[in-house]
Formats: sequence, structure tokens, C-alpha cells
Amino acid sequence: MDFGTFNGLYTAFLLIIFLAIVVWAYSSRRKKDFIEAANLVFADEQKQSANNNNQQGAQK
Amino acid sequence: MNQAATAATDYNYTVVRQFTVMTIVWGIVGMAVGVLIAAQLVWPALNFDTPWLTYSRLRPLHTNAVIFAFGTSALMATSLYVVQRTTQARLFGGALASFVFWGWTAIILAAAITLPLGISSSKEYAELEWPIDIAIAVVWVAYGIVFFGTLVKRKVAHIYVANWFFGAFIITVAVLHIVNSGAIPLHAGKSYSIYAGAVDAMVQWWYGHNAVGFLLTAGFLGIMYYFVPKQAGRPVYSYRLSIVHFWALVSIYIWAGPHHLHYTALPDWAQSLGMVMSLILFAPSWGGMINGIMTLSGAWHKLRYDPILRFLIVSLSFYGMSTFEGPMMSIKTVNALSHYTDWTVGHVHSGALGWVAMVSIGAVYHLIPVLFGQGRMYSISLINTHFWLSTIGVVLYIVAMWISGVMQGLMWRAVNEDGTLTYSFVESLVASKPFYIVRLIGGLFFLAGMFVMAYNTYKTIRAEKGSLQAVEQD
Repeated sequence: MDFGTFNGLYTAFLLIIFLAIVVWAYSSRRKKDFIEAANLVFADEQKQSANNNNQQGAQK
Repeated sequence: MNQAATAATDYNYTVVRQFTVMTIVWGIVGMAVGVLIAAQLVWPALNFDTPWLTYSRLRPLHTNAVIFAFGTSALMATSLYVVQRTTQARLFGGALASFVFWGWTAIILAAAITLPLGISSSKEYAELEWPIDIAIAVVWVAYGIVFFGTLVKRKVAHIYVANWFFGAFIITVAVLHIVNSGAIPLHAGKSYSIYAGAVDAMVQWWYGHNAVGFLLTAGFLGIMYYFVPKQAGRPVYSYRLSIVHFWALVSIYIWAGPHHLHYTALPDWAQSLGMVMSLILFAPSWGGMINGIMTLSGAWHKLRYDPILRFLIVSLSFYGMSTFEGPMMSIKTVNALSHYTDWTVGHVHSGALGWVAMVSIGAVYHLIPVLFGQGRMYSISLINTHFWLSTIGVVLYIVAMWISGVMQGLMWRAVNEDGTLTYSFVESLVASKPFYIVRLIGGLFFLAGMFVMAYNTYKTIRAEKGSLQAVEQD
């Protein structure tokens, strides 16, 4: 295999990987996980306020 | 949003506090040196005929201070904060985190001493000599262990996208630094690169451009992916887009370096490859910008009363602008005009001041109250003042450099009918002088904003715990 053929195949290989990432990212099966992940920014705060509420509940 | 309550969780905020405060300190130091050398370009006598005050020694001090002291402190503060908050785990490694802070501070001080003394390997953005290079590698590996160790012990299923960007930044900078710093020491203060000729140039700009791509871009995108959603109070616009643009960005950036070496001894095919990869890079860059800005959709009104959010969103606008300008300047015919002129300097600063500094400033304003047990900064209106000082400063700076740069490019290439040059170099310098004054004024504006920030931070830290209450809007 000469260098040009190798380059062509390698480019095609990278393109397929990229398209696979796009298909994976946009598949509907991933939607629930991604919503969960996107909300990680707020997750520890909610946990904390939930704890506080529980403590207040226990005091009452 | 009760941030004071979350501070009670068992996170390691000590190292985050240290790096956050030092971000402001090093920002002032690095930008002050920048203002001094900008003034030297207008009035050369300002070097006072002192060797360690000459432009050639202070310029690397300026770039090292703003990139590795200011920018990297901001990255270390935010990454070590974000990784804890999004994994709900305390930092891994205990005292190792403190080693990272004190080690990094010692490295910055070593740089501040050796560079004015003229001790330099003369590789751009990698001027520090080999003993300091070894120290950087050791501290950086410790930083990586703390960061990735925390990811491993995470208490949630997913690794939030901001951590992907921080992780890519940490790994790539380690690889770039170690490969590019390969050198044979002569004595403690002098070494020679193990690379030679065109290979040296290629390795240098593979390092140099990826320092831009992974330190000044991927790392700060990590900041953007946490602090924009957090400050806006809504999750990122598209998590899917964040994944696609992450992989596209990290796999393409690594090839863009040769655009720094157009029309040099570098093989022509490598120059063209660098140009094509730089053009493709436009797509993932704008993917990130759009994702950040669109996070505000439905919450645009928050920009009216929240200057922190304004800092973050305007930084994304500058990011979009400079990542459009960059690919354009990498086109060989455009580069023939722009290279070696002030246009490059303007481009760098629209990225460095407009994007990197402004997104860091926004993140630091968000962090300070959380870290020091307050509901908000001491003065919201002073944040707003800082915002306008920064914005006016950046605009003055980059507009002056655009005009000066294009003018220089046109004057240097102008030829008479007999083939001789129309203008001498000194004539182009004289033409640039008014723009150097405007640039200096822009830099002073930006630096003044940093002092306003330092005052506001001081008052916030000194205020009685919990005395500054968050203002509830909408």
C-alpha cells in the first residue's frame, strides 16, 4: 500500500469515527443520561438543600 | 440559590481559595508588565538603560505571567473547584493539592527572577530554563493526579463535560511541555534544544499553538461549561453538542501549528495542512461558543442586572470573534499580509483579554463569595464598573492593532515600479506610533479594572461572614 492510499483510508477511518460519535451523541437512547449529566452542575446544591430540609423536618 | 450552605460540604476549598486570590494578584502583575512594555514601544527611554528592564526581557516575563501565572492559576482554581462540585467528592490526594499550589507559586517566582536576568531558552512561551522545566513537569503531574484521582472517586455516574475539557487540557499540556522542553543542559542556567532547524520550528509551534488550543481554549471552555450554566441558573443548551464539539476540537487543534510557519523552510505540504486544519477548526470553536451563548436562551433578561453573567457572555462573543479571525489569518494569502505585523498581536489579545481574561474574571466573581462564605460580592456596581473598563480596554486595544497591523502589512509589501521598497521600516514605525498610544490606553483601562476587582475582593473577604446577602431577582 503506498502512502497516498494509506492517507485516504486513514482519512475515511477518522471520518467514520467522527460520524459514529455524532450518531451516538444524538441517539435518543442517550437523552435521559445527558439530561442527568447536564444537571450535575446543580445536583450537589439540591442534595444539600434536601438535607437541610430533612434536618428542619426532624427538628419540628 | 443558597451558596453559603453548600460551602459546608466537606470539599477542599483551601487550594481553590489560594489559587483564586492569586489569579487576581498575578493578573495585576502580568498586565502591569504588559502596560509597561506597551509604554516602552511608545517611549523607548522607559527601559532606563537597565538590562533587566529591557523590552526583550520583560516581554517573556509578561507572556509567562499572564499565561502561566494568571491564566493557569484561574484554571487550577476552577478545575479543582468544578471537579469537586460535579463529582460530589473531596479532592483526591490530601496534601498533594497544597503541593500543587506552593510548587506552582515557586515556579512563578523562579520565572519572575530568571527572565529579567536574561536566563532564557529563547523558545517562545517556553522560555524558562531546564531546572524550572523539570519542576513544572513534576508539579503538573501532581496536579493531574489530584484532578483525575478525584474523578475516579466520584460519587455520581457521569463525568460532567467541563471535566472532559479540563482533563484534555491537563494531559495535553503535560505532553506538549515535556516534548518541547527536551534539551541538553550546558550548566544550570543554559541549555540547548535537542531539535534543530525546521524540526525545531515545527516542534516549537506544535507546542505554541496547542498551548493556545488546550491551555487557553480547552481549559477555559471547561470554565465556561460550569460557570455559564451555574450563573444563568439553567443547564447547558445542548449536552450533545458539547460532546461532538469536544471530540472535534481536541482532534483538530493538534494539527493547526504549522500556520505559524507559512512561507518558511517548513515543507509546503505541512504549511497547507496546517492551514486546512485551522479552517476546519472554525466549526468546533463556534459549536462551543453557540452552546455557551444559547444557554441563556429564555434568560436573556438576567444580563440586565447580572454583570458577572455579562462578563461570561461577552467573553464568549470575543471567543467567537477571535476563532473566526484565527482561521481567516491562517489562510496563506491573508497570512502574507498579517504575519509579523501588529494584527497578530491584536488577534492574540482579543483572545487573551476578551476571552481568557474575561471568562476567568466572571468565574472568579462567582467563586469569591462561595469560597469566603458570602451570598454575593461586596459591590455589584463595582463589578459593572470593571465590566465596562475591561470591554472598553479590549476594544481600544484590538482596534488599534488591527489598523496598525494592516497598515504595516501594506507598507512593508509596497514596491516601486523599479522593484525597490516604497517605505523603509522606520517609516512604518512612525506610522504605527499613534496606535501604540491607543493600545497603551486600552491596556491601562483593562489594568484599572483589575484593581477595581482587587478592591472589591478585599472588601468581600474582610466582610463579616454571611453579612453580604444575595439579591433575589425575578
